[in-house]
Amino acid sequence: MENKELKRGFLSAQVDISKFNAGNFEKATDEEKRQQDVMGESTTFFKDGMRRLRKNPLAMGSIVILAVIILIILIAPHFVPYSYDQIITVGGVRDKGCTNLGFMEYSDKELQYMEETGEKLFPHIFGTDGLGRDYFIRVIYGTRVSLAVGIVAAVMVVIIGIIYGSIAGYFGGKVDLIMMRIVDIIYSLPEMLIIILLSVVLKETLTEKLVGTVFSKLGANMISMFIVFGLLYWVSMARLIRGQILTIKNNEYVLAAKCIGTSNRKILTKHILPNCLSVIIITTALQIPSAIFTESYLSFLGLGVSIPLASLGSLANDARAGMQSYPARLVIPAVIICLIVLSLNLLGDGLRDAFDTKLD
Amino acid sequence: MSEEKYLLEVEHLKQYFPVKDGFRTVPLKAVDDISFAIKPGETLGLVGESGCGKTTVGRTLLRLYQPTAGRIVFDDEVLFDSEKKIDVDMHPYRKKMQMVFQDPYSSLDPRMTVEDIIGEPLDVHKLYTSKGERRDKILSLMETVGLNAEHAMRYAHEFSGGQRQRIGIARALAVNPKFIVCDEPVSALDVSIQAQVVNMFEELQEKLGMAYLFIAHDLLVVHHISDRIAVMYLGHIMEIADADDLNDNPVHPYTLSLLSAVPIPDPITARKSKRIILEGDVPSPLKMPSGCPFRTRCRYATEQCAKEMPPLTDRGNGHFVACWEK
Repeated sequence: MENKELKRGFLSAQVDISKFNAGNFEKATDEEKRQQDVMGESTTFFKDGMRRLRKNPLAMGSIVILAVIILIILIAPHFVPYSYDQIITVGGVRDKGCTNLGFMEYSDKELQYMEETGEKLFPHIFGTDGLGRDYFIRVIYGTRVSLAVGIVAAVMVVIIGIIYGSIAGYFGGKVDLIMMRIVDIIYSLPEMLIIILLSVVLKETLTEKLVGTVFSKLGANMISMFIVFGLLYWVSMARLIRGQILTIKNNEYVLAAKCIGTSNRKILTKHILPNCLSVIIITTALQIPSAIFTESYLSFLGLGVSIPLASLGSLANDARAGMQSYPARLVIPAVIICLIVLSLNLLGDGLRDAFDTKLD
Repeated sequence: MSEEKYLLEVEHLKQYFPVKDGFRTVPLKAVDDISFAIKPGETLGLVGESGCGKTTVGRTLLRLYQPTAGRIVFDDEVLFDSEKKIDVDMHPYRKKMQMVFQDPYSSLDPRMTVEDIIGEPLDVHKLYTSKGERRDKILSLMETVGLNAEHAMRYAHEFSGGQRQRIGIARALAVNPKFIVCDEPVSALDVSIQAQVVNMFEELQEKLGMAYLFIAHDLLVVHHISDRIAVMYLGHIMEIADADDLNDNPVHPYTLSLLSAVPIPDPITARKSKRIILEGDVPSPLKMPSGCPFRTRCRYATEQCAKEMPPLTDRGNGHFVACWEK
């Protein structure tokens, strides 16, 4: 092409380069060059999610409430000199007057004892129950049991659900068809009925076998509840994980991993599961309250933890008899159940808002 | 086709997908009986409109799909032969054949750092002896594709489209392949970035000597990078020729119409040129016309076209055309 001068339109707003020479320009300094660097601060998925979570007042409030509850149930038994199954004694003698006390009250014998010895007895913060046991420490242990049941059951459900759901979702086809029909069958069973039936049946057989083991304190009822959770409650989790994996496995990065020669197991654990981690975290947080509810419900029916251990549900059940005279004993465990369940639900929602977003 | 040594030979490859149509399952003929060959260090361009089976060809070659029938020979070893029932384990060949994907946004795992994305093929094929060697290899790969080594610890979502595609290319290069399927690697990019990436593909080929199957629907890009071009229509190859030959002397009526649709950057020439506008739509691959798939839209179509699919015949100089009339 011939190198002819282009004619400049007289209305052109373009800068006329011919009027300038090299002296009119100066080189950009390093600092100015760096301003062109548009990349932001490097953030990981986790950091990014936590940043969003911290901005959510409801979720942060829930975390604080849960932290306070957990702190109290961990520390309180160390400085409260009573035990959950111990009937109050004064100077080594059983105190028959120490029943049904109100908040921070002392019985006559205790007051007398304190006057005589000058020793200060630890107050009964929530009073005592009908058998003369310190109610505060019973609530503490009840909360421990309820939370532990919730967390263990949720973890169990999540593990089974992830393994089952990811296999069904990843391999698809006939494997998926058969596995999901099994899930459908389990889904159609009435859970509560099975829990109750299993508790009754297992109680007979398990009680003898558990003697002397760590589980004996929890009782056959708890064990059978875990078994039922393991048998029945994972199905919704498995469905959820399967659905997630079905969408994630269609991403091109999974195809790219296959193309590289990555094994199926590695693709599942390195590419697919990390990408549905947010859903897993959220549903675990939402699973705990459902397990706590079930446990409270069963304990309320008398199928929960075995006496003398308490759970929030069994405490509420025991308090039912004296509801008219001592309503506080029903209200306290009920309020704690509400607090735990509500905070976990709100935290789960907050986690979903913070983590369940697409990065791009 | 046997005198010269080929890196990859594909014969009568078919890839059907079962599709549920009510209660029946009918085959969707994504790729129907195609044959071609690629020499070492050569670039074969594969063009065709959306849905004609270009991507499927690439993926079937890498055995991401199980082929329905045909024969694939790579580097003198038969990878797949439906007649002799040969179906080898692909794992060792993943080192020699790689792929660059179309969408740089979905082809990189959002939970992995660039270092891990590029390092994954190294991990899978155990191509290093120490952690330090792994890191050195990754950094040199990043340099090869023009990425700043400082960004190794960043996540894919922090990069622009062009940079992401470079990460994808570095991942494919990690195993030192002899053959790369480039599945529309520039279609998702800005035009300005397209040129950079296409030129990088060329430079890498010069330096490393691998062969490409370059899939695209942009004829200009394909003409620029390819040694030879194959034109696909509805799962069939209609014409294969040297890039310049195809551009200057297209024979098949479909190729003619494709070429006439290429925008011309000079308005005066553009006004003079005649655009061939095809009538009707692409037939559904579920209900393929009998004989030549293009006959429903071809103005030269005769009775013979409806009866039989024309074979690819040599018109001299390695210019193969599948057409009865031309």
